[in-house]
Amino acid sequence: MRVALFLTCVNDTLYPETGRAVVRLLTRLGVEVDFPMAQTCCGQAHYNTGYRHEAEPLARHFADVFTDYDAIVTPSGSCGAMVRELYPRMGERARAEGRGDTLAAVLAPVVPKTYELTEFLVDVLGVTDVGAYYPHTVTYHPTCHGLRSLGLGDRPRRLLEAVKGLELVELPGAEECCGFGGTFAVKNSDVSAAMGADKVRNAESTGADVLCAADNSCLMHIGGTMTRLRTGMRPVHIAEILASTGEAAV
Amino acid sequence: MSGTFVGMPAFPVAARQAVGNETLRGNLRHATHTIRDKRARAVAELDDWAALREAGKQIKDHTLRHLDRYLVQVEEAVTAAGGTVHWAADADEANEIVARLVEETGESEVVKVKSMATQEIALNEALEARGIHAYETDLAELIVQLGKDRPSHILVPAIHRNRGEIRDIFRSEMSEWGRPAPEGLTDTPAELAEAARLHLREKFLRAKVGISGANFVVAETGTLVVVESEGNGRMCLTLPETLISVVGIEKIVPRWQDLEVFLQTLPRSSTAERMNPYTSMWTGTTGEDGPRTFHLVLLDNGRTDTLADEVGRQALRCIRCSACLNVCPVYERAGGHAYGSVYPGPIGAILSPQLRGTKSEIDASLPYASSLCGACYEVCPVAIDIPEVLVHLRERVVQGGPAVRGGNRVVLKPAKGHAAERAAMRAAQWAFTHPGALRTGQRLASRTRRLHPRTLPGPGRAWSGTRDLPAVPAEPFRDWWQRTRGGKDGAK
Ligand code: SF4
Repeated sequence: MRVALFLTCVNDTLYPETGRAVVRLLTRLGVEVDFPMAQTCCGQAHYNTGYRHEAEPLARHFADVFTDYDAIVTPSGSCGAMVRELYPRMGERARAEGRGDTLAAVLAPVVPKTYELTEFLVDVLGVTDVGAYYPHTVTYHPTCHGLRSLGLGDRPRRLLEAVKGLELVELPGAEECCGFGGTFAVKNSDVSAAMGADKVRNAESTGADVLCAADNSCLMHIGGTMTRLRTGMRPVHIAEILASTGEAAV
Repeated sequence: MSGTFVGMPAFPVAARQAVGNETLRGNLRHATHTIRDKRARAVAELDDWAALREAGKQIKDHTLRHLDRYLVQVEEAVTAAGGTVHWAADADEANEIVARLVEETGESEVVKVKSMATQEIALNEALEARGIHAYETDLAELIVQLGKDRPSHILVPAIHRNRGEIRDIFRSEMSEWGRPAPEGLTDTPAELAEAARLHLREKFLRAKVGISGANFVVAETGTLVVVESEGNGRMCLTLPETLISVVGIEKIVPRWQDLEVFLQTLPRSSTAERMNPYTSMWTGTTGEDGPRTFHLVLLDNGRTDTLADEVGRQALRCIRCSACLNVCPVYERAGGHAYGSVYPGPIGAILSPQLRGTKSEIDASLPYASSLCGACYEVCPVAIDIPEVLVHLRERVVQGGPAVRGGNRVVLKPAKGHAAERAAMRAAQWAFTHPGALRTGQRLASRTRRLHPRTLPGPGRAWSGTRDLPAVPAEPFRDWWQRTRGGKDGAK
């Protein structure tokens, strides 16, 4: 099976450790993963801010880069949702606007092959115990697109519960949005910050050392709020927890 | 739309006040969380919820697709039952019709049962200008009216008020409108309710004209339906001699039997009740029983324009249950007033910019009043994909494009103030379709990382005012990959 890592532009630029963790984890599970160097961005920020036409070339570029792989794995619920939920819609809209079937035909092959990391582990590889060791108290925030667009369900929890040394504690109001929302965080910064502060207070009330999620964009917002509110908690991507073993655990 | 909301600032500005008001946020948080938990339980009781939701969606879509036919059917059925149907293209027309109808009765007072359509068109203000006083009789509406306030929730228009504030409003304002509040009124719910009851009873017994809205209009029989919890609506609908109902054209359902679906989904979604306490239905006039004269004013006011939009038209399925408000994290912090219309929350964010267009500052900002978390779509009993419509309207705001306004096909210009953003988006698109350029940018960011400020200038200040920025790593992932081929040379 030819598996490609779609890391996302945010992770590539700001969170390379998440990418290294995915590679380490998948390699340990016997998957040979490739990182096509031509990859850039799925176009989500463009699309969701209202620049659908600007997002189209990015979607085409994504399809060009990834079409030949059997599976495309991404450690981001929202970028996964962009491909799986919104690429088909972009194709339909192009058709409805009389621009023919080309865009739909180009995008169609990558849609069903794109998996968010925890989905890939549970559904494709069929594992819940990935052999990780992580001696910390952890609370899990299910990000909105992972939760509602992709329907990740309890996959991330099952993976976390199988990690040795990890104590998973319930996050109050877990399913409420953290307030990131891409450009929303800047356009409506007051509301966004208030949502972030509530999320962080809820997380703090659990007494966990670590708040984990499957999306670094949300973690950037939550983590930035945590340091500003001086909570002492750490935001950690789930890939890094699942990748860590005895020696590497921090 | 409503005159009361004209000149509202953009959503972020209006929301800032609410975010800073701890009491308001506390009130809203408590109210919305209580009702959302109850709703979840009420919905979970039904094992066919998904089927009901789909049925509601289908019925509404079917009706909207054949609205021309059903509107004619409504007119025929209402006329046959002794009523008169009037058509209003916009707010001014509707207000003129209603004012004329009231004047023809020779009355200068009317009682009203909760009708969002009449608030949408600012009917009370229009009547007042003609010397006609309109009294709201729904308890929450009464509180809003007495407090010279605006509604902030679809179902609980006074959700932003606490009991102490309500007592003060009753004490100081009731006497100006009719029977004063009892001496020594306290803020216990029973006393407040009794004060309102006495005050309203006097109005019900005196008024010769009632004005209502409707939750549904059944095309095959010409029957109007109002669902409510207090019973005040029933008084308004039965006691006056003349009843005038102002109803948006999207409220039609084809058959009597279709109510079966909505009378299950609406109460459970809105008040978390299995069934609402009062369901009133009336068909034209009925001899000596109830109003002798019945008028139905069918209101367009932007609805056919909305219907012309393939993506946005689903907003017309809305049955105004307010479930989307109660789960919305943005509504919970920003409060209802920030949305600048009688329709707040997620549904308001997609309905107002369609009914009113995206020209004003507030309407252009509403599609952005969401983090696109999707909670509203998940609870909506008629499955309106609110995030999809939000993104669609964002596109209209930043790019312009074809639309229908006032029945005419037009090409909208982009709203003002998005030029810099558009340029940034285009630049980003260029970098993202040229991986080499992206890489150069990343490397530059990494090399200069020690120089990066932790707070940002320009629009970025909105971020760094409350959140720290992540540090730029020494090496972007793609450079690590190239150097190590995925760690194969041992470098992890
Ligand atoms: S959009 Fe849906 S959830 Fe919101 S008020 Fe309308 S019917 Fe209810």
